[in-house]
Amino acid sequence: MNRREFLKRSIVVVAGMAVPTAALELIDPKKLLAAKPELRWVFLVDTHSCVGCGFCVKACKIENEVPYDANVTRTWVERYVITKDGKTHIDSPKGAINGFTSPKIDIGQGHTKEIKDEDIVQSFFVPKLCNQCENPPCVQVCPVGATYQTADGVVLVDRKWCIGCGYCIMGCPYGVRFFHPTFKVAEKCNFCYHRISKGMKTACVDACPFGARRIGNLRDPNDPVTKIIMTERVAILKEEYGTKPQVYYLGLSKEVR
Amino acid sequence: MKNHVWRPLFVAIGLVLLILVVRAFMVPDDFGVWERGYMYGWHRKGNEEDWKKVTVKYKTKAYCKECHEDKVESIGRSPHGVVPCENCHGPALNHPEDPPTLTIDHSRELCIRCHAKLLTPSSGRSKIRGIDPATHNPGAECSLCHDPHHPNLEALKRHE
Repeated sequence: MNRREFLKRSIVVVAGMAVPTAALELIDPKKLLAAKPELRWVFLVDTHSCVGCGFCVKACKIENEVPYDANVTRTWVERYVITKDGKTHIDSPKGAINGFTSPKIDIGQGHTKEIKDEDIVQSFFVPKLCNQCENPPCVQVCPVGATYQTADGVVLVDRKWCIGCGYCIMGCPYGVRFFHPTFKVAEKCNFCYHRISKGMKTACVDACPFGARRIGNLRDPNDPVTKIIMTERVAILKEEYGTKPQVYYLGLSKEVR
Repeated sequence: MKNHVWRPLFVAIGLVLLILVVRAFMVPDDFGVWERGYMYGWHRKGNEEDWKKVTVKYKTKAYCKECHEDKVESIGRSPHGVVPCENCHGPALNHPEDPPTLTIDHSRELCIRCHAKLLTPSSGRSKIRGIDPATHNPGAECSLCHDPHHPNLEALKRHE
C-alpha cells in the first residue's frame, strides 16, 4: 500500500464512522404521524364559574363505577377561604360529593372550623381532576407497563396488568390516583375515555350547570376551548414539576396548590 | 474444567430459556411500545379498547329530549334550565327499557348544593339565591313550596 492509497482508505473509514447510526434508520411515516397526532385532549376549568355544587363529583362516581360512599374519587372540588389575618383555609369534605352546604370548614376527623363572614376576604371553589400530563410521572414509575399514555394524550390504567404496587399513587404530584376499593388496582380520572371516544363530553362536563368544566382538542385551532387556552390568561398546577399538565385553569390564585 | 463447575451453568441457561419460553406464551401479542414511545407508551394496546367499552350512564339532555321534548324546551327557559336533567333525575342508563322509571332525588340536600347561603365573594356562588338550611323551614322538602322546574317564586304565585 502506498501513501496515496493509505490516505484514501483512511478518509473513507473516517467518513463512515462520522455517519450517526440514526441516519441509517429508515423513517417510518406512521411513527412520524403519531408524533404529531390530530387529537390531544385538553381540559379547561373556570374557577370563577364553579359554585361548589359537587354535581360533577356525583356524576363522575356513578359514571365510572367508583364506590359511591368510599372516601376516594377521581375528581373533587376544593374550597379556598382566605381570611383577613392572611390565612388560607382549604377543605373538600368527601371530595365535595354532596357539595358545600355549610360555611364551616372541614378540618378532618369529624371536626369543623367556624369562620365568621366578616373575616372572609376571598372564598372560591377549585375543581381538580387528572391533569393528563404530557410528561406523566405516574407512568414513568410503573414497573410493569400497566399505566400508559394513549396517542391522544390520556393516561390509562390497565386493570389486568396492574400489580397494585402503588408507585404511581406516590409518584403523582397532584394526588389524583388512589386504590380502587373493589378492583384493588390503581385508579384515576381518564377524561371518561369511553365517552370522549364516542364524541360525547366527560360526565363531569355534562353534569356542570355553570360551564365551569370544558373539554376540547388542543390540535384543533378552531376548538373553543383551545382558543381560550391560546388567547386568555390560563394557568396550570405545579408548573415547576415539569410534568406539563393539560388541565388549564382560568382565575387560578396563588393559594391553590 | 470439571463437570461440577459446568453443571450449575447449564442449570442457569436452562432457567433462562424456560423463562423466555414462558414469557413468549404469557405476554400478549399487542403488548409493546406504542405511539408515545418506551417511557410513556409501553402497554397492552387492547386495554384502550377495554376502556372504550365502559357503559355510558349519563346520556345528557339531548337523550332526554328525544322523548320529552316539550319538557326540556319549557324547563330550558326557566332559571333552572342550566341544570342537566340527570343531575336530579339520576343517570338515564337505558331508560325507558331499563330502568322504566328513574329515581328522582327530591331531597333538601340536593337543592342546598347550590342554594345553601355561603359568603363566596370570589365565586359564581355569590350570584345564586341562597337560604340558611338550618333556619329556612328545616326538615321540609323544598318542592313543597318551590317548583324545581320553574323555581321562580314570584312566577309561581302568579300561576296560583
